[in-house]
Formats: sequence, C-alpha cells, structure tokens
Amino acid sequence: MEEKNDGKNRLVDFSMNNGSEKAFKAIGIVSLILPLSFLFILIIDTAADGIPRLNWNFLTSFPSRFPEKAGILSALVGSIYLIGLTAFIAIPLGIGAAIYLEEYARNNWFTSLIEINISNLAGVPSIIYGLLGLGLFVRFMGLGRSLIAGALTLSLLLLPMIIMAARESLKMVPLELREAAYALGADKWMVIRKVVLPLGLPGILTGIILSMARAIGETAPLITIGALTYVAFLPKSLTSPFTALPIQIFNWISRPQKGFHVNAAAGILVLLTVMLLMNALAIWLRMRLQKRNI
Amino acid sequence: MAKLVPGRQADLHLPRSLIERGVGSVLFMCAALSVAVTIGIILTLLLETIGFFQHVSFKEFFLDTEWTPLFSNRHFGIWPLVAGTALTSFLAMITSIPLGLTAAIYLSEYASERIRKVLKPVLEVLAGIPTVVYGYFALTFVTPLLQRVIPDLAGFNALSPGIVMGIMITPIVASLSEDAIYSVPLSLREGAFALGGSKLRTIFRVVIPTAFSGIAASFILGMSRAVGETMIVTIAAGQQPRLTLDPRVPIETMTAYIVQVSLGDTPHGTIEYRTIFAVGMLLFLMTLIFNLIAHFLKKRFIRGVL
Amino acid sequence: MKEDHRDSLEFDFSGIRPEEAIISTKDLHAWFHNNLVLKGISLSIARGKVTAIIGPSGCGKSTFIRTLNRMHELVPGARLRGHVFFDGQDIYSPGVNPIMVRRKIGMVFQKPNPFPMMSIKQNVVSGFLLQGIRTDQIDEKVEYYLRLAALWDEVKDDLGKPASSLSGGQQQRLCIARALAIEPSVLLMDEPCSALDPIATAKIEDLIHSLRGRYTIVIVTHNMQQAARVADYTAFFYLGKVIEYNRTEILFKNPAKSHTEDYITGRFG
Repeated sequence: MEEKNDGKNRLVDFSMNNGSEKAFKAIGIVSLILPLSFLFILIIDTAADGIPRLNWNFLTSFPSRFPEKAGILSALVGSIYLIGLTAFIAIPLGIGAAIYLEEYARNNWFTSLIEINISNLAGVPSIIYGLLGLGLFVRFMGLGRSLIAGALTLSLLLLPMIIMAARESLKMVPLELREAAYALGADKWMVIRKVVLPLGLPGILTGIILSMARAIGETAPLITIGALTYVAFLPKSLTSPFTALPIQIFNWISRPQKGFHVNAAAGILVLLTVMLLMNALAIWLRMRLQKRNI
Repeated sequence: MAKLVPGRQADLHLPRSLIERGVGSVLFMCAALSVAVTIGIILTLLLETIGFFQHVSFKEFFLDTEWTPLFSNRHFGIWPLVAGTALTSFLAMITSIPLGLTAAIYLSEYASERIRKVLKPVLEVLAGIPTVVYGYFALTFVTPLLQRVIPDLAGFNALSPGIVMGIMITPIVASLSEDAIYSVPLSLREGAFALGGSKLRTIFRVVIPTAFSGIAASFILGMSRAVGETMIVTIAAGQQPRLTLDPRVPIETMTAYIVQVSLGDTPHGTIEYRTIFAVGMLLFLMTLIFNLIAHFLKKRFIRGVL
Repeated sequence: MKEDHRDSLEFDFSGIRPEEAIISTKDLHAWFHNNLVLKGISLSIARGKVTAIIGPSGCGKSTFIRTLNRMHELVPGARLRGHVFFDGQDIYSPGVNPIMVRRKIGMVFQKPNPFPMMSIKQNVVSGFLLQGIRTDQIDEKVEYYLRLAALWDEVKDDLGKPASSLSGGQQQRLCIARALAIEPSVLLMDEPCSALDPIATAKIEDLIHSLRGRYTIVIVTHNMQQAARVADYTAFFYLGKVIEYNRTEILFKNPAKSHTEDYITGRFG
C-alpha cells in the first residue's frame, strides 16, 4: 500500500515520443470535455426552452389541459412530502445499519452476507424496487398507490447508498478517540453517541444529501408503484394519492403538443436547480471536512 | 481522596444497562433489513413470475419472436424486448467505454491534482442528473440533431437514447477505472521506466494490463446500469417491441415495457400485470449476474495488486 | 547478547508484600489471533508507587498494561487467559463489567488524544459525559483537575477553545487531567511522552512525581532514563516475559540478570 502513487506525473518524463504522447493527452482532454460540454448544452438547451414558462404561476398552479395554464404545484408539494418521508424512514435505518456493521458486527458469515448483499442491492435497477414496492407495499400491505407506499419504496432504494456512505465516514473516526472514550469508562453506546457519531456526522450528512438529491429525480420506481400523472390536489395524508416532479415532467414529455414540452423544460429547470443546490451543499460540506482533517 | 483503603473493595459489578443491551439488537435489525429487502425482491418477483408461467410456457417465452401481450393476438416471446435492451446498452457501452477509459487514464496519469479535484465532483454531478432529464434531452435535442445526419432516423429510435445513456454512464466507468489505474503500484511503473519504456508505452503495456480486471469490472458495472436504465429509453426509444438490430427505428426495452404497463390501469392478477414481473425477474437476474461478475473481478484485482 | 545459564528462574526481586499490592497478575497470557504476546506474567504493582515497564519494542509491554484495565479485549482478535486482581477481585471473573474496571483504572495513551469536537473545559469533564453522569460544580472540578495536571496556568483564559489549539505536551496533560477527573485509583500510561519534545516530556515527568502517593501509576516507556527518573519499581519485559522486576535503582545499578544488563547498557534493544 505504501508505495501507492501519491501525485501526478510521478516520474520525470524525457519524452522521446513526443508526438503520440501529445496526441494521447489531447484525446484525454477531449474525452473529458465531451461529457462536460454535453452537460453544458443540456442545461443551456433546457433553459432556452423552459425559462419563458418559469414564473410564479407555474410554481403555484395545478396541472391543466392547457399548457399555458398548467403548473407544478401538486408535483412540487408531492416531491417535498415524498423526500421528507423518505428521509424520515431511510436515514435512521441506514445510519443504524452502518453503525451495526462498523461497530458491532462480528467477523462471521452473516456479516459478510449482509455486506455482499448491500453492495449487490446498490446495483439493482431502480425499476426493480418499483416492482417490489408494487407487490409489497401497494398490493400485499394494501397501502395503495399512496404517498407512504412511494416513500417506503424510495427508502429501500436509498438504503444501500446511505449505508455505504455512512460506513465510509464512520471508518474515518480515529481509533484513538474511541479508545480514549472507553478508557474513561464509557459503555459502547456512549462511545458511539458522544464520540463516533458527532465526528462522523459531516461525512454521513454529505452521503445523505447526495442520496436525497438522487431520490428527488427518481422516476421509474414511482411510475411502477402507480404514482398518478394527473393530480389536481395536494396530498392530505400518508395514504393520499400523489404525484412528484419527475413524474409530472415525464407526463408532459409524453404529450405530443409542443406547449407541454415547454412545461417539461421549465419543470426540469426547477428539478435541476434543487438537485444542483443539494450537490453543491454536499461538495461544500465535503471540502470543509477535508480541510478540518488536515 | 483517591487512595483506596485496603479492605474496602471497589464494586466492579454493574449489569449492562438496558439501553446498552437493546441498542445492539435494534442496530442489528437495521442491518438485517437489507437482507430482508433482497428476499422481498426475489419473493415478489418469483410469486408473480410463477403465476405468469402457469399461463405461458417457457417454450413460448424463450422461442417466440413476438411480444404482444397487450394486443388481442397475444404473443409472449421475450426476444424483442431483450433485443431492444441489448441494442441500447450496446450503443451506450461503445460510447462510454472509450470516453470513460481515456478520461480515466488522463485523470490518473496526466491531470494535475487541481484539475482532478475540480473535475471529479463535476463528473459526479453528470452521473447524478435525473434520467428523466436525459430522456427529454435525447428526445428533443439529440434525436433532431442526429436526424440532420441520418435522414431516415425515426423520431423514436435506439441510437439517440443509446448515446445519451452512454454519456450518462461515462462518469461511472471513468471513476471506477480511475480507481483501478490509480492503485497500480509505483514499483511496476518504475520497473517499466527503468527498462526505457516511454510513459505512454508504460501505461498501455504495464499499467492497463495490471489494472485490467479492475477496468473490466467498471465496464460491467456500467453495462449493468445501462441494462436497468429506464426513463431515457422509455422516453426516446419508443414502445414498439421489435426484434431488430437497426438503431434507427423505434424499439422497446424491457424496462420501457414495465413502465408502459404501469402507466395503464392494468388490473391486479391479470396476465398483463404478471408480465411485468416476469420481465422484471429476467432483468433482475441479468443485472445480478453482471454485478456478481464485477464483484468477482474487483476482488481478483485487489488481490492481484495489493 | 550473552546467555547466562546460571540465571535462575526467579525474576521478582521487588519485595512487594501482598498487602502492598493494588494490582497483581497471575499467569497472564495474551494473544492476538494466534500470536502469543504475553507468556505467563505474574507481577504485583505496589499501591501508591510509580512502576515502569521497559523492554524492546514488541516485548509485550503495551499489551500488558492494556490487560490491566481490560482495554486489550477491544482489539479484534485479542484473547486472554490468566488473572488480574485489582484490590483482591479478579477483573476477568464473570460478572465484572469492564466499564467499571476502567472507571477505577484510568489510562493515558501514546499519542495525545483529546476529543476534537470538545473545548478544553469539556474535555476535562468528558468522563462524566461519557459515563452519563450529571455532575455539579463543573467549573470547580475543571480548575481542580487542570491544576492537578499542572495545566491550569497555561489554559485558564482559553477554557472555551478547542483542545486542538494546544501544543502536543499540553494536550497530553489535558488527557491526564481528563483521566484523573473520573477519580481512578490507578493511572496507566502507555508511552505518554513518545510523541513529545524534551521540554514537554520533563513537564509530564514532574507531573508524575507530584501524583506519586496519591495515585498508583504504571508507565510503559522505551526510554530507560525516563524509567530511572520517575519510577519506584521497574519491570524489564522481553519476548512476552518478565525478565527482571526490582526497585528501580537496583535494577539499573545492579541487575540480577545478564539480559537486563545487556538491555540497559544498550547492547541490544
């Protein structure tokens, strides 16, 4: 491990073959610029389409048959409820599982089963979680096509992500501090509560924000469990039918009329703004964390 | 004050507190829940899939070449959906492998620490954009753009979502490949340099072959993502199951079919309802196999290098 | 290294009588996985005295003091056989809660490890927080233990500052204050000066002198001069065994074993 590379341009380079070296560097830069310019064009193109429709009315109106009158109120509120509920369910479970695996688990077959299982779950397509939600929450538990069924489905989808991120940050808490706490006569739970969790929290938070940013854009599992595409009311309880921002956007995209495509672009701008803000927050938190650790 | 009087013993006995005993079990249940989720997925898929195969024979499912469960003249041949998934995934992979791998080599071997620090989070953002957004972009921007070059490209086609999906997967391939390339020990590179190899030659003859199983794992995980990707292909590839390898015409992937049925109001217990679980089961198995292969390759790589 | 076969099996020349001992170990074996690191240690620690454990690295001296307050078992793969009697009770007997043992036998580590998320003041009373004990007169306690650890005058105006703002030597004294605040009878110190400069080391040694009598101190050190300066008794460990245990001045001036002599004269180690 020690001799792992630590910097760039590890060795002095007396390039004898300057031409191909330069050519490769250029290809490398292009293959980075290409996806990035793609991202840039995507945002510009969507903004050009959507900004004309982006106004207060758009944010505060229910969907409508007339594109100019339609808004994202029910979708926006639905998404906020959905993410709030999902966070409420998934965060404690995810952190709990991470603490168990990092602090309590013995080195036995069941622990490795859980670990392999979690990394596998992280690779299961989100639409499969939708089918699980449909079979388990909507039908078997009889929750119907409700807000709570959607939140439970998204929670299961996010769980592996949250667990893996939380484990990474718990791993970073120095062993010496745990030992110091034990030597002061603390029991395990106190060590975790007063030392390990406070120190791991910023890292855990970064992971949680990133996974929530992903949850906000999830579409396929919600369609599968039957989130409605046309909802002209706000959810009143956990068992209310609901819609969400990405579902509303998808609905507008599938309409043939160009007016609805404009709505979709405006909706995408709202979605991207929320998502990018969350990403920026997570990156900022991570950078602060790195600074503190140095 | 602290000096102990001999004979007066300190009490070292204290039963573990209730919280201390309870917490461990509660946390264990959180972790065990993940196993329950897997069992839940398998059971849900299996139950409805068994119901499906009571009506449709394996022979029809795997040998018929038409998929028309929603028409009056029903056919249940899975191949058109598999072909749609394979085609779009293939297009995504031939986009993302060259881009992702060169980006990884550049980031690991040439880019300065500062560039890496800026680019990696930006690439993460690219991978985190909601897929419904990519779908919109494929349908309203990339397809019209491609139609200028390929005039007979249909409005719904495999090419445009395939390329867009490839761009989406590029950061995943790049990031995982870079991890593998970056962890090739310095001593191996030094060995090659000591023999007078140029930097580029060293990268392609020594570094990449050493990191190969790690890089291959990144390709396979990317492939797994492409196979399971839903919204891009649903929006931009169409909903016409078709046994073809022509990227210009509308097709339907396995995932898009599940969405198509979910959008309609298909009653529970009907054969149409069960088809989505049968398709889901096949999809689950495919991604599971990909993930297990990637897991195995990664393990082999870690063992081989470190 | 010469081997002197006339050396007897006898190693304990300390003359500590059973009623003087606060801790005594009996046939203590310790493993990491299948690696035997302590091979039957039987040793008595005198109440109110300073005892130094010396020996080359890997001799088991750190493992030994970690078995005295049941810190050893926190390391994955650690096992143990034998007895450690604290005040006549076997701390490894069933029913004994390691938490209670650690409240009576405190510990200071190699690297200063104050809690980074707490202020200096909070660090001093962190033991109460971690034990879930509500405590009053916090300010008085903070001052008392910081004075005891000879740190008060240097930090009295900065009590609210994070502990990381202190120098290494100050951090280590803060860790000592923190350990003393839970009122243990024994303080174990695992190479407490190995990360410190000579001036900071001298301060810690002065502190050890001032605590003598009031606390029993066991200090592991790789620095023989330090052992000679601070300890009443010294045990020389080699390859998981006690080679010689005696009053410090005798052990250094007139060692009974050739091994000990080789080590303290710098012929190996």
